Amino acid sequence: GAQSLHPLSLAPTVTSEQIEHLHRRFKQLSQDQLTIRKENFDSIPDLEFNPIRGKIVHAFFDKRRNLRQESDGLADEINFEDFLTIMSYFRPIEMNMDEEQLDRFRKEKLKFLFHMYDSDHDGKITLQEYRNVVEELLSGNPHLEKESARSIADGAMMEAASICVGQMGPDQVYEGITFEDFLKMWQGIDIETKMHVRFLNMETIAHCY
Amino acid sequence: GQRSSESAKNSNQSFAIVSFKWDHVKEPYIIALWVLVASLAKIVFHLSHKVTRVVPESALLIVLGIVLGGIVWAADHIASFTLTPTVFFFYLLPPIVLDAGYFMPNRLFFGNLGTILLYAVIGTVWNAATTGLSLYGVYLTGIMGKLQSGLLEFLLFGSLIAAVDPVAVLAVFEEVHVNEVLFIIVFGESLLNDAVTVVLYNVFESFVAIGPTNVTGIECLKGIVSFFVVSLGGTLVGIFFAFLLSLVSRFTKHVRIIEPGFVFIISYLSYLTAEMLSLSAILAITFCGICCQKYVKANISEQSSTTVRYTMKMMASGAETIIFMFLGISAVNPDIWTWNTAFILLTLVFISVYRVIGVVLQTWILNRYRTVQLGIIDQVVMSYGGLRGAVAFALVALLDKDKVKDKNLFVSTTIIVVFFTVIFQGLTIKPLVQWLKVKKTEHREPKLNEKLHGRAFDHILSAIEDISGQIGHHYLRDKWSNFDRKFLRKILMRRSAQKSRDQILNVFHELNLKDAISYVAEGERRGSLAFIRSPSTDNMVNVDFSTPLPSTVESSVSYLLREKAGPVCLDMQALEQRRKSIRDTEDTLAHHTLQQYLYKPRQEHKHLYSRHEIMHSEDDKQDKEIFHRTMRKRLESFKSTKLGINHPKKLNKIHKRDRGQKRRNSSVIPNGNIPSENPVQDFTLKEKDLEFSESEENNDYETLHLGKGVDFLANVTQQNFTDNPAGIDNPVFSADDDQSIYMKFSPWLSSEDTVVPSQRARVQIPYSPNNFRRLTPFRLSNKSVDSFLLADGPEDRPRTFLPESTHM
Repeated sequence: GAQSLHPLSLAPTVTSEQIEHLHRRFKQLSQDQLTIRKENFDSIPDLEFNPIRGKIVHAFFDKRRNLRQESDGLADEINFEDFLTIMSYFRPIEMNMDEEQLDRFRKEKLKFLFHMYDSDHDGKITLQEYRNVVEELLSGNPHLEKESARSIADGAMMEAASICVGQMGPDQVYEGITFEDFLKMWQGIDIETKMHVRFLNMETIAHCY
Repeated sequence: GQRSSESAKNSNQSFAIVSFKWDHVKEPYIIALWVLVASLAKIVFHLSHKVTRVVPESALLIVLGIVLGGIVWAADHIASFTLTPTVFFFYLLPPIVLDAGYFMPNRLFFGNLGTILLYAVIGTVWNAATTGLSLYGVYLTGIMGKLQSGLLEFLLFGSLIAAVDPVAVLAVFEEVHVNEVLFIIVFGESLLNDAVTVVLYNVFESFVAIGPTNVTGIECLKGIVSFFVVSLGGTLVGIFFAFLLSLVSRFTKHVRIIEPGFVFIISYLSYLTAEMLSLSAILAITFCGICCQKYVKANISEQSSTTVRYTMKMMASGAETIIFMFLGISAVNPDIWTWNTAFILLTLVFISVYRVIGVVLQTWILNRYRTVQLGIIDQVVMSYGGLRGAVAFALVALLDKDKVKDKNLFVSTTIIVVFFTVIFQGLTIKPLVQWLKVKKTEHREPKLNEKLHGRAFDHILSAIEDISGQIGHHYLRDKWSNFDRKFLRKILMRRSAQKSRDQILNVFHELNLKDAISYVAEGERRGSLAFIRSPSTDNMVNVDFSTPLPSTVESSVSYLLREKAGPVCLDMQALEQRRKSIRDTEDTLAHHTLQQYLYKPRQEHKHLYSRHEIMHSEDDKQDKEIFHRTMRKRLESFKSTKLGINHPKKLNKIHKRDRGQKRRNSSVIPNGNIPSENPVQDFTLKEKDLEFSESEENNDYETLHLGKGVDFLANVTQQNFTDNPAGIDNPVFSADDDQSIYMKFSPWLSSEDTVVPSQRARVQIPYSPNNFRRLTPFRLSNKSVDSFLLADGPEDRPRTFLPESTHM
């Protein structure tokens, strides 16, 4: 059942109906196996056109951060429990959450995002990593050159630096965006209301053939 | 015509030198006078801040209208001016709705479309039905006395009083600033309920005309069908005209002056066409605005875009002012006044109560499907914000007195309802909002990071939707933007616009421009332009620096210099000689800044008045210049340790640009760039083709000195990499430039004729003020290895080729 999964679930937030639906979907993706491998994601046609597909799929298999396992690195395959774990990062907020819960909720979502950007998992998003992300993001637009993407990333990094650190002294070097900085950047914005998917719509599209 | 008859009359008298031809100009004169009075009234209102903070403008205008109407009536005992439905529907309403549609935040609108539609359709029907039926019920009890209306008339009245009015909502909510979701729901509802209102009104009006006995089930069915036809038809008409407009705007490159006109004409045609086909005209013009905005804004020039914006706002604002004022004037018409206490009072009660009930019920249903729930406070604001306005009044004035016997009663009631909602509810909504602590809009500067992450979100969320196998919002939005990118853009957008039109890029561009311009403004504000103010140049320069400059873009020096007529003398030699003693090095530096950033302050303000052409201003190019430079500097300055420090930068030569050179239409960095992939390279002098991005219409800009000069990458050769792990030394941001450099290389003291920003001058960028976030947020090292000194020996390197000098 949902409740027994892991400390992530703050409350029974993924209903059994939703779990059933996701389970069906899981079976579809895994072709009735018990686990999913990376290749199974290839069978989702619409996902192909997604520019940051790589990072997203990667996030599903990331052992330490997202799957809450002890070891590091990438798992080869994930089971349904893991699948649910990742999905639960995207559940919407509930009306009856209190301040503390909301805050934790928010932090978790932001942490997920942070892990996606921080590809070498050292706790900092460096310029190069940021550049990668931006290049990938903008790769969908064929008219945007790589240099443009790079300069945008640079500009964004500078903005981040100025928000997080303010005026830097002459000898300071800005290493990268840490998670605290990341939180600071998102201070005014309601990520809780933006980063979720509606699980209520029960129509499954037969993506996998 | 008139003149001939007049002259015939006066033929037996002498020639009248001057005659008073009032009748001749009466109509346009009166209209113009009223518009003037309304606008003057606005000025008067805004003189008193205290009043306008509390009382909404619309209320003040209504009161003014009543006063004026009273004056006119007292003088003439006739009510000569009323808000006729024709004038209202044909001339006053379209600008307001077009303005709403054109500036509609599409993403927000379509994101909440389900909610909006529910309130607009179901809510309005609910309001109409309950109000009409309740009034009829009460009538049957006899409290209202004797009226000549039956059920159908009451339903007719209910349908026209039920609709939330876009004009009133805009007028009141504009001053309240609730959060955007709430606003878009109420406002969207007020726009989209037009379809329902039109259908209900027409249906019941015809039912009243054909008589209650002839109303059969078929007629009712027809009514329901007509709802779908009217609403969908109106929308399609709007979309069709939006398509037309976008297509036309693609080809207006050579008729820039009348470009804005197309927007208005075609949108207006969509309104009239829908009206002609008895479809919902408001929906048509709304969707015309909504659908065309993206493509039109991409296609038309900056100036046209500004023109469109301001004209639209002006017309909408003007129309709104006139509407409210005339609402007041029309009230002063004793002929129409019929008082029926019960009716009026009950109407007020019913519309308020049923609105609340309707909102609560619908919200309860909606909250089961919405991800962002609407709380109690939102519901209160939504109920309270359901204002009725001029649309109801116009509709009631349209009624045929013979068919609807109680027309006067209806008119009076409508007037009172409108006044009540606009004045009373308008007055009290602000304190209510504050008391309830409604979440307000946060106006924040667009942040690049937000845009980026927003984009990342969209992708992540669509991916999750795909993976979990659901059709969700993001899936749909994704599909739409793919479709848009593949087909629509290619047809409707200009080729140049297609390439550069990426939201993130736009934000980036804007931010850079802002930074650059504020950079200059800041430098000037610090007093480094004192030399311009010297008495000897006062007669030459009309720039007034004595007024305190607000820190907005408009106060930038470039703006001032552009705006003031008269030549500005930046003749370096002349100034230098005159004030060598007084001037600081700092001034020199700042002046350099100006030199670099403000290529061509108007040498002479040539007034080329032409009705068919605007001389294309060079400001666009200057802006692009500034942008490129700042970008380059930023790239140079920001290197993280992980990147690897060891890349030498190359000093590029400057090329005289061929005209035949292919221009790449990228609006960001030109080709030359820092190769970060090759860690160690020797210092080489490489010649690069420098391409400059321009907009398409400047193909013949031969004398564009800007193009050549700026486009080089001022790179520094690094010779001591290994002992500098902390970052790249960058002369751009180092504070301690050797001052002697400037003395040595004052370019204006060279013997050459063409002095202007020499390569050296440009490269020696002065110390920049360090309170600019994006431009110079930090310095990585203050070691100034100014290898320009080292690299900069040779005169044999080709100089800059700026044909213009600063000699005026």
